[in-house]
Amino acid sequence: MSAPDPVPPALELRNLRVDIPTRRGTLRAVDDVSFAIAPGEILGVVGESGAGKSMTGNAVIGLLDPPARIAGGEVHLNGRRIDTLGRGALRRIRGAEIGMVFQDPTSSLDPLLTIGDQLVETMRAHLDISGKAARARAVAALEEVGIPGARDRIDSYPFQFSGGMRQRVVIALALCAEPSLVIADEPTTALDVSVQAQIIALLKRLCAERGTAVMLVTHDMGVIAETADRVLVMYAGRMAELGPVREVIDRARHPYTAGLMASTPAASRGARRLYQIPGAMPRLTDLPEGCPFHPRCPKAQEDCRRVPRPTLAADGGRAACLHPLDPERGAEDVARAAEGTAR
Amino acid sequence: MSRMARAWDSDLAYGFRRSPLAVLSLAVLLMLVAGAVLAPLVAPTDPFDPASLDLMNGFTPPLTENEFTGERFLLGTDDQGRDVFSAILFGMRISLMVGVLAVMLAMVIGVSLGLVAGFRGGLVDSVVMRAADVQLTFPAILVAMLIFGVAKGITPVEYRDQMAIWVLVLAIGFSDWVQFARVVRGATMVERDKDYVQAARLTGRGSLSIMLRHVLPNVLSPVLVIATISLALAIIAEATLSFLGVGAPPTQPSLGTLIRIGQDFLFSGEWWILAFPAATLLALALSVNLLGDWLRDTLNPRLK
Amino acid sequence: MSGRPLVRVESLSRRFDVSPPWLDRVIGRKPRRVLGAVVDVSFEIPQGGVYALVGESGSGKSTIAKMVVGLLPPSEGAVEIEGAGPAAARDRGAVQMIFQDPHSSLNPRWKVRDIIAEPARARGRDTDGLAERLLELVGLFAEDAGRHPHEFSGGQRQRISIARALASEPRLIVADEPTSALDVSVQAQVINLMSDLREAHGLTYLFISHDLTVVEHVADTIGVLYLGRLVEEAGSDELFADPRHPYTRMLLAAAPRIDGRREGAAPPPAGEIPDPADPPSGCVFHPRCPIAVERCRREVPRMRDVRGVRVACHLAE
Repeated sequence: MSAPDPVPPALELRNLRVDIPTRRGTLRAVDDVSFAIAPGEILGVVGESGAGKSMTGNAVIGLLDPPARIAGGEVHLNGRRIDTLGRGALRRIRGAEIGMVFQDPTSSLDPLLTIGDQLVETMRAHLDISGKAARARAVAALEEVGIPGARDRIDSYPFQFSGGMRQRVVIALALCAEPSLVIADEPTTALDVSVQAQIIALLKRLCAERGTAVMLVTHDMGVIAETADRVLVMYAGRMAELGPVREVIDRARHPYTAGLMASTPAASRGARRLYQIPGAMPRLTDLPEGCPFHPRCPKAQEDCRRVPRPTLAADGGRAACLHPLDPERGAEDVARAAEGTAR
Repeated sequence: MSRMARAWDSDLAYGFRRSPLAVLSLAVLLMLVAGAVLAPLVAPTDPFDPASLDLMNGFTPPLTENEFTGERFLLGTDDQGRDVFSAILFGMRISLMVGVLAVMLAMVIGVSLGLVAGFRGGLVDSVVMRAADVQLTFPAILVAMLIFGVAKGITPVEYRDQMAIWVLVLAIGFSDWVQFARVVRGATMVERDKDYVQAARLTGRGSLSIMLRHVLPNVLSPVLVIATISLALAIIAEATLSFLGVGAPPTQPSLGTLIRIGQDFLFSGEWWILAFPAATLLALALSVNLLGDWLRDTLNPRLK
Repeated sequence: MSGRPLVRVESLSRRFDVSPPWLDRVIGRKPRRVLGAVVDVSFEIPQGGVYALVGESGSGKSTIAKMVVGLLPPSEGAVEIEGAGPAAARDRGAVQMIFQDPHSSLNPRWKVRDIIAEPARARGRDTDGLAERLLELVGLFAEDAGRHPHEFSGGQRQRISIARALASEPRLIVADEPTSALDVSVQAQVINLMSDLREAHGLTYLFISHDLTVVEHVADTIGVLYLGRLVEEAGSDELFADPRHPYTRMLLAAAPRIDGRREGAAPPPAGEIPDPADPPSGCVFHPRCPIAVERCRREVPRMRDVRGVRVACHLAE
């Protein structure tokens, strides 16, 4: 961050806040989330269920399920503010400037239209292009995502494809209008491992070729490790840690990140017991005072309970923690904590 | 929190308090039911006691002094000098009793058949559902009339009036089980494949025990909705049958019977004999129906 | 670990009729379709062992689990638990199961106390204080017995599920993807709990999973399934150190790695799982296999011992 960047980030969130009003009071599902994704960059957003990661993605594309709503902050797409736009304008942006890939490929495809029609329709809605040219590009798009016999299969219906092939079609659909940002929410969670690897490689290659920015939302640290350039770790609707992917994984500064990493079975290879974070993610209805992670944190001290919840600024923009782990001794800290929790 | 406080705080109660239509419907319904249940206490006269009837009181308009006896009646009297208000209260007793019992019968038949069909599947399911299909091809009122006719044929003449009410219950109950069976079957098929039912099988319990103890409690919420809506339909069906003269006898008049009696006087100027029983029937059916709609929207929006 | 195995699965097969309805078959002249969900699978689990079955969707792993606990009869072959059939074992309460989805595996209308005690109550055993004891055993509180399942998180429900499985004092617990609906940090808690209980109660596990990293941690022996067939069976350490079957190798290479380094930048695996109703000839893996030869197309490979490991591949050595 030295010289001012002449190109605006593809996506920038500033202090985004999402509220869910309920009859027992307002829940803050996403609180004070700020980050930017440069063109061609893949930002992984990782967290456990209830962390607010999908809610953040949905807020960007204006697809929050009511009564959830953006209650504060700004969303900028290529330097233009979009959270204040109306429904119609947002709908045009979705598909044209933001492509979307969801966990369940069937929900993104219209079961009653052939995949060719869906591709052509999307392109013609967003690009100035003739029907014939659109069809030719649809074939090319399908070939690019690795659908064998694309020319013959373009007139097939979604149900005629397997799950993995369907997710490839969804990717073709998300990219066909040449968006500058793709939001992929758990794109491989419903797929088998062998297919998952193919889809990750595909998404990564296509976005690199086109300079498309990607916000990759997932619970799977392995997928993030293999795909993302930077990673944002979320906890209870808040940012816990943000940084380059290898930095965060190998030298976690937030105790939650370290615990998350350590509790994957792969990380405990050889150990008799897995490292476990005690307790469970708090419900939004009863968030603890102070740092939301403190009741589960092996390093929590008295001030973690008292001081209003820390932001990334507490650790120079890296981790929202008052007592971040020493980068060189983080693993040891966690290992010691692990012994503490292993009864 | 006490049980009452918890119920008051539940989402159902909260949604209810925020729906003025539902609150109004329940208020109207409670008032009508209270009137019917307490009829012997609140009715000014006993309309079925021939001794209390005075033919001289016949055709007294509402709130008007009778020209011969000087008595006043809230809703007037009919040709026999019977107090219409009292007749309505007692008529509602019959209407509500027939409706509730008929729905309970339909519910027992439909829920059992649907539960077994959905749980067992295969041949049992095919037989039950085809029977339901066949029954659905006839209008329910026709089925009820058929059952009523057959029952009347086999009951001795001297018992006919006493039996009429029970025959009505049977007729309406048997014509209305299909909806319960269909909904319960669908819900059962969904529940049957859930893991908790598999787990129950591993406990070593038999199918009947699993059906009753595990599946049944989980398929009951749509049943509640259908039962409410069916109650309105059953009350109307009873009124229709009685209106057609095949239902409750004049010695035990239901709202339908009162309407049938009243329609003879519509064109001779004694409108109240028809209008008040009809308005009561409307209020009763409408409040039950609105309550049922609200329940459906709240408990299971997909049931629409 | 000597003597008779606790569980013996002998040439187990299960077919499902997935034909279109008969009217369609008659009018549309569509053929009958039979799907071989499980084909000729044999394995043994020693007393106190943890045997894991790993496979992707359509591998038949859940079907095998259901046959082992007796929820589904096999088309061919047999399951023996302590020398008897699954039905007898179930009646004694010797087999219990833990399910994948903690939201559907507990009856939402029942209190936790009744859910947990049910397997014991159904067999007429004493259930006084049982639920409370088991709740504390799985790391919850005795006071939780009076609550309903919806008041608990996913991980807590899975603990309740485990407590229920323990109520009939089983010898064998079949766990069908017990952690795949859970978050990573909760998954670790549940896996640790399961291994603690195994030691304390001398339990034997059949562990079903699609996740090799989880399986590596919990299992003594791993069987790899592909399209309903057992393709490789090896001790956990051997399987990861030296996978013999090309499919096992592919699975290992495909799993995303948290260290971000793929060995030799291997290309991602090719192809997808074929339709089990229309499996390829010969070795069912041959269309996706990088080393397939002509023989693989023609001849079904038999399970054979290769250096102390069971593999069904013509080329393994």
